[in-house]
Amino acid sequence: MLSATLIYGLSGLGLFVVGLYGALRPESLLARVLAVNVSSAGVFLMLVALAYRGNDQLPDPLPHALVLTGLVVAISATALALVLERRLREWGDD
Amino acid sequence: MNMLLWNLFDCVLALLALVLGWRVVSSHDLKRAVVLFIAFGLLMSLIWARLAAPDLALAEAAIGAGLTGALLLSALRQQPASSESPVRSLMDVYGSLVLVLVLGGVMAWALFAAPGMVQGSSSNNPIYLQLEQSGVSNPVTAVLLNFRAYDTLLEIAVLFCVAIGVLAFGRERQHVMPAGPLLGVLMRVLVPLLVVMSSYLLWVGAHAPGGAFQAGAVLAAAGILLHLGGMPTLGMPGPLNLRWLLIAGLACFLLVGLATMLNGASFLTYPQAWTSVLILLIETGAVLSIAATLVLAYRGGGAPLDQPQGEGSHEERL
Repeated sequence: MLSATLIYGLSGLGLFVVGLYGALRPESLLARVLAVNVSSAGVFLMLVALAYRGNDQLPDPLPHALVLTGLVVAISATALALVLERRLREWGDD
Repeated sequence: MNMLLWNLFDCVLALLALVLGWRVVSSHDLKRAVVLFIAFGLLMSLIWARLAAPDLALAEAAIGAGLTGALLLSALRQQPASSESPVRSLMDVYGSLVLVLVLGGVMAWALFAAPGMVQGSSSNNPIYLQLEQSGVSNPVTAVLLNFRAYDTLLEIAVLFCVAIGVLAFGRERQHVMPAGPLLGVLMRVLVPLLVVMSSYLLWVGAHAPGGAFQAGAVLAAAGILLHLGGMPTLGMPGPLNLRWLLIAGLACFLLVGLATMLNGASFLTYPQAWTSVLILLIETGAVLSIAATLVLAYRGGGAPLDQPQGEGSHEERL
Protein backbone atom coordinates (compact mmCIF):
# COMPACT_ATOMS: atom_id res chain seq x y z
CA MET A 1 0.00 0.00 0.00
CA LEU A 2 1.23 3.50 -0.84
CA SER A 3 2.20 5.59 2.13
CA ALA A 4 -0.14 8.41 1.06
CA THR A 5 -3.04 5.94 0.88
CA LEU A 6 -2.17 4.69 4.34
CA ILE A 7 -1.80 8.17 5.88
CA TYR A 8 -5.02 9.61 4.46
CA GLY A 9 -6.90 6.33 4.88
CA LEU A 10 -6.10 6.26 8.60
CA SER A 11 -7.04 9.94 8.90
CA GLY A 12 -10.37 9.17 7.21
CA LEU A 13 -10.93 6.24 9.54
CA GLY A 14 -10.28 8.50 12.53
CA LEU A 15 -12.69 11.12 11.22
CA PHE A 16 -15.37 8.47 10.67
CA VAL A 17 -15.03 7.18 14.24
CA VAL A 18 -14.89 10.67 15.80
CA GLY A 19 -17.92 11.87 13.81
CA LEU A 20 -19.93 8.77 14.63
CA TYR A 21 -19.18 9.14 18.33
CA GLY A 22 -20.21 12.79 18.19
CA ALA A 23 -23.45 11.95 16.40
CA LEU A 24 -24.44 9.53 19.18
CA ARG A 25 -24.09 12.09 21.97
CA PRO A 26 -27.20 13.80 23.36
CA GLU A 27 -26.10 17.24 22.18
CA SER A 28 -28.27 19.69 20.24
CA LEU A 29 -29.47 18.50 16.85
CA LEU A 30 -27.28 21.01 14.99
CA ALA A 31 -24.16 19.66 16.72
CA ARG A 32 -25.12 16.14 15.73
CA VAL A 33 -25.73 17.15 12.11
CA LEU A 34 -22.20 18.62 12.13
CA ALA A 35 -20.82 15.38 13.57
CA VAL A 36 -22.54 13.28 10.88
CA ASN A 37 -20.97 15.56 8.26
CA VAL A 38 -17.51 15.03 9.78
CA SER A 39 -18.15 11.29 9.73
CA SER A 40 -19.16 11.31 6.06
CA ALA A 41 -16.06 13.37 5.21
CA GLY A 42 -14.06 10.55 6.80
CA VAL A 43 -15.69 7.95 4.55
CA PHE A 44 -15.04 10.14 1.49
CA LEU A 45 -11.40 10.51 2.52
CA MET A 46 -10.97 6.74 2.80
CA LEU A 47 -12.48 6.20 -0.67
CA VAL A 48 -10.33 8.86 -2.33
CA ALA A 49 -7.21 7.61 -0.54
CA LEU A 50 -7.88 4.13 -1.95
CA ALA A 51 -8.31 5.63 -5.45
CA TYR A 52 -4.88 7.31 -5.31
CA ARG A 53 -2.19 5.56 -7.34
CA GLY A 54 0.89 7.67 -6.69
CA ASN A 55 2.28 10.77 -8.36
CA ASP A 56 3.22 9.05 -11.61
CA GLN A 57 -0.12 7.35 -12.31
CA LEU A 58 -3.67 8.51 -12.94
CA PRO A 59 -6.05 7.86 -10.04
CA ASP A 60 -9.07 5.56 -10.29
CA PRO A 61 -11.96 7.86 -11.31
CA LEU A 62 -14.73 5.56 -10.05
CA PRO A 63 -14.40 6.39 -6.32
CA HIS A 64 -14.07 10.07 -7.32
CA ALA A 65 -17.45 9.92 -9.06
CA LEU A 66 -18.98 8.14 -6.06
CA VAL A 67 -17.63 10.77 -3.67
CA LEU A 68 -18.83 13.62 -5.92
CA THR A 69 -22.32 12.10 -5.79
CA GLY A 70 -21.91 11.66 -2.05
CA LEU A 71 -20.94 15.31 -1.52
CA VAL A 72 -24.14 16.53 -3.19
CA VAL A 73 -26.31 14.01 -1.35
CA ALA A 74 -24.62 14.99 1.93
CA ILE A 75 -25.41 18.68 1.52
CA SER A 76 -29.02 17.91 0.49
CA ALA A 77 -29.48 15.67 3.52
CA THR A 78 -27.94 18.37 5.73
CA ALA A 79 -30.31 20.97 4.28
CA LEU A 80 -33.34 18.75 4.89
CA ALA A 81 -32.15 17.97 8.42
CA LEU A 82 -31.78 21.70 9.18
CA VAL A 83 -35.29 22.43 7.83
CA LEU A 84 -36.76 19.62 9.92
CA GLU A 85 -34.82 20.75 12.99
CA ARG A 86 -36.20 24.27 12.60
CA ARG A 87 -39.73 22.97 12.19
CA LEU A 88 -39.35 20.74 15.26
CA ARG A 89 -38.20 23.71 17.34
CA GLU A 90 -41.10 25.85 16.13
CA TRP A 91 -43.54 23.11 17.11
CA GLY A 92 -41.81 22.76 20.46
CA ASP A 93 -42.30 26.49 21.12
CA ASP A 94 -46.03 26.43 20.40
CA MET B 1 14.48 12.86 0.18
CA ASN B 2 11.70 14.04 -2.12
CA MET B 3 9.51 11.14 -0.98
CA LEU B 4 10.20 12.01 2.64
CA LEU B 5 9.05 15.60 2.06
CA TRP B 6 5.84 14.37 0.46
CA ASN B 7 5.22 12.05 3.41
CA LEU B 8 5.81 14.86 5.86
CA PHE B 9 3.37 17.09 3.97
CA ASP B 10 0.80 14.27 3.89
CA CYS B 11 1.15 13.66 7.61
CA VAL B 12 0.64 17.35 8.40
CA LEU B 13 -2.49 17.58 6.21
CA ALA B 14 -3.98 14.32 7.50
CA LEU B 15 -3.31 15.19 11.13
CA LEU B 16 -4.72 18.68 10.66
CA ALA B 17 -7.93 17.21 9.20
CA LEU B 18 -8.22 14.79 12.10
CA VAL B 19 -7.64 17.48 14.73
CA LEU B 20 -10.07 19.92 13.08
CA GLY B 21 -12.71 17.16 12.81
CA TRP B 22 -12.23 16.36 16.48
CA ARG B 23 -12.51 20.03 17.44
CA VAL B 24 -15.75 20.37 15.43
CA VAL B 25 -17.27 17.43 17.26
CA SER B 26 -15.95 18.21 20.73
CA SER B 27 -16.62 21.96 20.73
CA HIS B 28 -19.37 22.99 23.15
CA ASP B 29 -19.90 26.35 21.49
CA LEU B 30 -22.03 25.81 18.38
CA LYS B 31 -20.83 28.98 16.65
CA ARG B 32 -17.24 27.90 17.06
CA ALA B 33 -18.10 24.40 15.76
CA VAL B 34 -19.72 25.80 12.60
CA VAL B 35 -16.79 28.10 11.82
CA LEU B 36 -14.36 25.23 12.43
CA PHE B 37 -16.46 23.08 10.11
CA ILE B 38 -16.11 25.64 7.30
CA ALA B 39 -12.34 25.60 7.81
CA PHE B 40 -12.51 21.80 7.80
CA GLY B 41 -14.26 21.93 4.40
CA LEU B 42 -11.48 24.10 2.95
CA LEU B 43 -8.87 21.72 4.32
CA MET B 44 -10.67 18.77 2.73
CA SER B 45 -10.63 20.64 -0.56
CA LEU B 46 -6.84 20.96 -0.24
CA ILE B 47 -6.58 17.22 0.50
CA TRP B 48 -8.64 16.34 -2.60
CA ALA B 49 -6.26 18.44 -4.69
CA ARG B 50 -3.28 16.59 -3.13
CA LEU B 51 -4.88 13.20 -3.86
CA ALA B 52 -5.20 14.05 -7.59
CA ALA B 53 -8.97 14.62 -7.46
CA PRO B 54 -9.43 18.16 -8.84
CA ASP B 55 -13.14 17.58 -9.56
CA LEU B 56 -13.67 16.88 -5.88
CA ALA B 57 -11.54 19.85 -4.83
CA LEU B 58 -13.76 22.18 -6.89
CA ALA B 59 -16.96 20.61 -5.58
CA GLU B 60 -15.81 20.67 -1.97
CA ALA B 61 -14.72 24.30 -2.14
CA ALA B 62 -18.14 25.29 -3.53
CA ILE B 63 -20.37 22.85 -1.62
CA GLY B 64 -18.54 21.67 1.48
CA ALA B 65 -17.01 24.97 2.51
CA GLY B 66 -19.31 27.50 0.80
CA LEU B 67 -22.92 26.33 0.70
CA THR B 68 -22.88 24.09 3.78
CA GLY B 69 -21.31 27.00 5.64
CA ALA B 70 -24.07 29.38 4.54
CA LEU B 71 -26.76 26.86 5.51
CA LEU B 72 -25.22 26.16 8.91
CA LEU B 73 -24.59 29.83 9.70
CA SER B 74 -28.20 30.74 8.94
CA ALA B 75 -29.42 27.79 11.04
CA LEU B 76 -27.12 28.96 13.82
CA ARG B 77 -28.81 32.35 14.02
CA GLN B 78 -32.06 30.78 15.17
CA GLN B 79 -30.51 28.42 17.70
CA PRO B 80 -31.65 28.94 21.28
CA ALA B 81 -29.01 29.81 23.86
CA SER B 82 -27.03 26.66 24.58
CA SER B 83 -28.68 24.53 27.20
CA GLU B 84 -26.90 22.07 29.44
CA SER B 85 -26.63 18.71 27.73
CA PRO B 86 -28.39 16.05 29.79
CA VAL B 87 -26.23 13.74 31.89
CA ARG B 88 -25.92 10.30 30.38
CA SER B 89 -25.93 7.03 32.17
CA LEU B 90 -22.68 5.03 32.15
CA MET B 91 -24.51 2.30 30.24
CA ASP B 92 -25.37 4.77 27.49
CA VAL B 93 -21.77 5.97 27.15
CA TYR B 94 -20.34 2.45 26.98
CA GLY B 95 -23.08 1.36 24.59
CA SER B 96 -22.25 4.06 22.06
CA LEU B 97 -18.50 3.50 22.55
CA VAL B 98 -18.87 -0.20 21.75
CA LEU B 99 -21.00 0.58 18.69
CA VAL B 100 -18.43 3.12 17.44
CA LEU B 101 -15.52 0.73 18.00
CA VAL B 102 -17.28 -2.14 16.21
CA LEU B 103 -18.19 0.02 13.20
CA GLY B 104 -14.69 1.54 13.21
CA GLY B 105 -13.21 -1.97 13.21
CA VAL B 106 -15.34 -2.94 10.23
CA MET B 107 -14.20 0.20 8.39
CA ALA B 108 -10.55 -0.54 9.22
CA TRP B 109 -10.99 -4.04 7.83
CA ALA B 110 -12.53 -2.55 4.69
CA LEU B 111 -9.60 -0.12 4.36
CA PHE B 112 -6.91 -2.79 4.59
CA ALA B 113 -8.71 -5.62 2.83
CA ALA B 114 -10.69 -3.80 0.14
CA PRO B 115 -10.57 -6.39 -2.64
CA GLY B 116 -9.09 -5.29 -5.94
CA MET B 117 -8.91 -1.61 -5.08
CA VAL B 118 -5.41 -1.18 -3.75
CA GLN B 119 -3.26 -3.15 -6.16
CA GLY B 120 -4.96 -2.12 -9.43
CA SER B 121 -2.87 -0.18 -11.90
CA SER B 122 -4.35 2.61 -14.00
CA SER B 123 -3.05 1.23 -17.31
CA ASN B 124 -5.60 -1.61 -17.31
CA ASN B 125 -8.44 0.31 -15.66
CA PRO B 126 -11.53 -0.33 -17.85
CA ILE B 127 -12.67 3.29 -17.41
CA TYR B 128 -9.55 4.64 -19.13
CA LEU B 129 -9.71 1.92 -21.79
CA GLN B 130 -13.34 2.78 -22.69
CA LEU B 131 -12.96 6.55 -22.33
CA GLU B 132 -12.83 7.07 -26.11
CA GLN B 133 -16.38 5.78 -26.52
CA SER B 134 -17.88 7.80 -23.66
CA GLY B 135 -18.33 11.07 -25.56
CA VAL B 136 -16.33 13.08 -23.01
CA SER B 137 -12.67 13.02 -22.06
CA ASN B 138 -12.96 13.82 -18.35
CA PRO B 139 -13.04 10.34 -16.75
CA VAL B 140 -15.13 11.47 -13.75
CA THR B 141 -17.82 12.99 -16.00
CA ALA B 142 -17.70 9.82 -18.11
CA VAL B 143 -18.38 7.68 -15.03
CA LEU B 144 -21.09 10.01 -13.74
CA LEU B 145 -23.08 10.46 -16.93
CA ASN B 146 -22.26 7.47 -19.08
CA PHE B 147 -20.80 4.39 -17.37
CA ARG B 148 -22.76 4.75 -14.15
CA ALA B 149 -25.54 7.11 -15.20
CA TYR B 150 -28.03 5.25 -12.99
CA ASP B 151 -26.20 6.50 -9.88
CA THR B 152 -26.50 10.08 -11.03
CA LEU B 153 -30.14 9.64 -12.03
CA LEU B 154 -30.96 8.39 -8.54
CA GLU B 155 -28.94 11.21 -7.00
CA ILE B 156 -30.98 13.78 -8.92
CA ALA B 157 -34.07 11.96 -7.63
CA VAL B 158 -32.73 12.32 -4.06
CA LEU B 159 -32.28 16.05 -4.67
CA PHE B 160 -35.87 16.25 -5.90
CA CYS B 161 -37.12 14.49 -2.75
CA VAL B 162 -35.18 17.01 -0.64
CA ALA B 163 -36.82 19.85 -2.58
CA ILE B 164 -40.27 18.38 -1.86
CA GLY B 165 -39.36 17.98 1.80
CA VAL B 166 -38.16 21.58 2.07
CA LEU B 167 -41.28 22.87 0.31
CA ALA B 168 -43.53 20.82 2.60
CA PHE B 169 -41.85 21.48 5.94
CA GLY B 170 -39.88 24.66 5.48
CA ARG B 171 -41.16 28.07 6.30
CA GLU B 172 -40.02 31.18 4.44
CA ARG B 173 -37.10 32.85 6.19
CA GLN B 174 -38.09 36.36 7.23
CA HIS B 175 -35.84 39.35 7.97
CA VAL B 176 -34.33 39.96 4.56
CA MET B 177 -32.25 43.10 4.81
CA PRO B 178 -31.75 45.34 1.77
CA ALA B 179 -28.15 45.36 0.60
CA GLY B 180 -25.85 48.03 2.00
CA PRO B 181 -23.60 49.96 -0.41
CA LEU B 182 -20.71 47.52 -0.08
CA LEU B 183 -22.82 44.39 -0.57
CA GLY B 184 -24.58 46.13 -3.47
CA VAL B 185 -21.30 46.64 -5.31
CA LEU B 186 -20.20 43.12 -4.45
CA MET B 187 -23.44 41.73 -5.85
CA ARG B 188 -23.17 43.72 -9.06
CA VAL B 189 -19.68 42.36 -9.63
CA LEU B 190 -20.00 38.84 -8.27
CA VAL B 191 -23.38 37.64 -9.52
CA PRO B 192 -22.67 37.99 -13.26
CA LEU B 193 -19.22 36.52 -12.65
CA LEU B 194 -20.73 33.54 -10.83
CA VAL B 195 -23.24 32.92 -13.63
CA VAL B 196 -20.47 32.99 -16.25
CA MET B 197 -18.28 30.80 -14.04
CA SER B 198 -21.09 28.29 -13.67
CA SER B 199 -21.64 28.06 -17.44
CA TYR B 200 -17.90 27.67 -17.92
CA LEU B 201 -17.71 24.84 -15.39
CA LEU B 202 -20.64 23.11 -17.08
CA TRP B 203 -19.01 23.36 -20.52
CA VAL B 204 -15.48 22.51 -19.49
CA GLY B 205 -16.63 19.47 -17.48
CA ALA B 206 -16.60 17.39 -20.66
CA HIS B 207 -12.82 17.45 -20.97
CA ALA B 208 -11.35 18.97 -17.79
CA PRO B 209 -12.19 19.16 -14.06
CA GLY B 210 -15.66 20.63 -13.66
CA GLY B 211 -19.17 19.48 -14.42
CA ALA B 212 -22.80 19.69 -13.41
CA PHE B 213 -22.39 19.54 -9.64
CA GLN B 214 -19.74 22.22 -9.41
CA ALA B 215 -21.65 24.43 -11.86
CA GLY B 216 -24.89 23.95 -9.91
CA ALA B 217 -23.21 24.83 -6.63
CA VAL B 218 -21.68 28.01 -8.08
CA LEU B 219 -25.05 29.05 -9.55
CA ALA B 220 -26.68 28.39 -6.17
CA ALA B 221 -24.07 30.64 -4.56
CA ALA B 222 -25.20 33.45 -6.90
CA GLY B 223 -28.83 32.85 -5.85
CA ILE B 224 -27.97 32.89 -2.16
CA LEU B 225 -25.95 36.08 -2.60
CA LEU B 226 -28.96 37.76 -4.22
CA HIS B 227 -31.20 36.50 -1.42
CA LEU B 228 -28.77 37.84 1.20
CA GLY B 229 -28.82 41.20 -0.54
CA GLY B 230 -32.57 41.49 -0.13
CA MET B 231 -33.62 40.51 -3.64
CA PRO B 232 -35.46 37.26 -3.02
CA THR B 233 -37.46 37.45 -6.24
CA LEU B 234 -34.30 37.74 -8.31
CA GLY B 235 -32.60 35.04 -6.30
CA MET B 236 -35.53 32.71 -6.83
CA PRO B 237 -38.14 32.53 -9.57
CA GLY B 238 -41.86 32.51 -8.76
CA PRO B 239 -43.63 29.34 -7.62
CA LEU B 240 -44.53 28.09 -11.10
CA ASN B 241 -41.11 28.66 -12.67
CA LEU B 242 -39.51 27.25 -9.56
CA ARG B 243 -41.32 23.97 -10.11
CA TRP B 244 -40.07 23.79 -13.67
CA LEU B 245 -36.51 24.37 -12.44
CA LEU B 246 -36.79 21.77 -9.68
CA ILE B 247 -38.04 19.13 -12.09
CA ALA B 248 -35.68 20.05 -14.97
CA GLY B 249 -32.83 17.71 -14.01
CA LEU B 250 -34.96 14.64 -13.38
CA ALA B 251 -37.14 15.33 -16.44
CA CYS B 252 -34.15 15.73 -18.81
CA PHE B 253 -32.59 12.54 -17.47
CA LEU B 254 -35.75 10.44 -17.75
CA LEU B 255 -36.69 11.81 -21.17
CA VAL B 256 -33.23 11.01 -22.52
CA GLY B 257 -33.50 7.55 -20.99
CA LEU B 258 -36.90 6.96 -22.58
CA ALA B 259 -35.68 8.31 -25.92
CA THR B 260 -32.78 5.83 -25.91
CA MET B 261 -35.28 3.04 -25.22
CA LEU B 262 -37.51 4.18 -28.10
CA ASN B 263 -34.38 4.15 -30.23
CA GLY B 264 -34.06 0.45 -29.55
CA ALA B 265 -31.18 0.49 -27.06
CA SER B 266 -31.49 -0.13 -23.32
CA PHE B 267 -32.26 2.63 -20.81
CA LEU B 268 -29.59 5.40 -20.92
CA THR B 269 -27.45 3.67 -23.55
CA TYR B 270 -26.70 6.63 -25.79
CA PRO B 271 -26.27 6.27 -29.56
CA GLN B 272 -22.59 6.82 -30.36
CA ALA B 273 -23.03 9.94 -32.51
CA TRP B 274 -25.22 11.74 -29.97
CA THR B 275 -23.37 10.97 -26.75
CA SER B 276 -21.74 14.38 -26.13
CA VAL B 277 -24.93 16.30 -26.91
CA LEU B 278 -27.12 14.12 -24.69
CA ILE B 279 -24.65 14.33 -21.80
CA LEU B 280 -24.57 18.12 -22.09
CA LEU B 281 -28.40 18.22 -22.17
CA ILE B 282 -28.69 16.11 -19.02
CA GLU B 283 -26.02 18.16 -17.28
CA THR B 284 -27.75 21.45 -18.12
CA GLY B 285 -30.98 20.19 -16.57
CA ALA B 286 -29.07 18.92 -13.54
CA VAL B 287 -27.34 22.30 -13.04
CA LEU B 288 -30.69 24.12 -12.96
CA SER B 289 -32.23 21.62 -10.55
CA ILE B 290 -29.23 21.51 -8.22
CA ALA B 291 -29.02 25.30 -8.04
CA ALA B 292 -32.78 25.71 -7.49
CA THR B 293 -32.86 23.03 -4.77
CA LEU B 294 -29.91 24.48 -2.89
CA VAL B 295 -31.24 28.05 -2.98
CA LEU B 296 -34.64 26.74 -1.90
CA ALA B 297 -33.01 24.91 1.00
CA TYR B 298 -31.21 28.08 2.06
CA ARG B 299 -34.34 30.22 1.75
CA GLY B 300 -36.29 27.69 3.80
CA GLY B 301 -39.09 26.83 1.40
CA GLY B 302 -42.59 28.19 1.13
CA ALA B 303 -43.75 31.10 -0.98
CA PRO B 304 -41.67 34.20 -1.78
CA LEU B 305 -41.94 37.07 0.68
CA ASP B 306 -44.35 39.27 -1.25
CA GLN B 307 -46.82 36.46 -1.90
CA PRO B 308 -50.12 36.44 0.00
CA GLN B 309 -50.60 33.63 2.51
CA GLY B 310 -52.96 31.78 0.16
CA GLU B 311 -50.10 31.10 -2.20
CA GLY B 312 -48.15 29.45 0.58
CA SER B 313 -50.71 26.68 1.06
CA HIS B 314 -50.90 26.29 -2.71
CA GLU B 315 -47.16 25.78 -2.73
CA GLU B 316 -47.32 23.12 -0.09
CA ARG B 317 -49.58 20.96 -2.20
CA LEU B 318 -46.66 20.21 -4.52
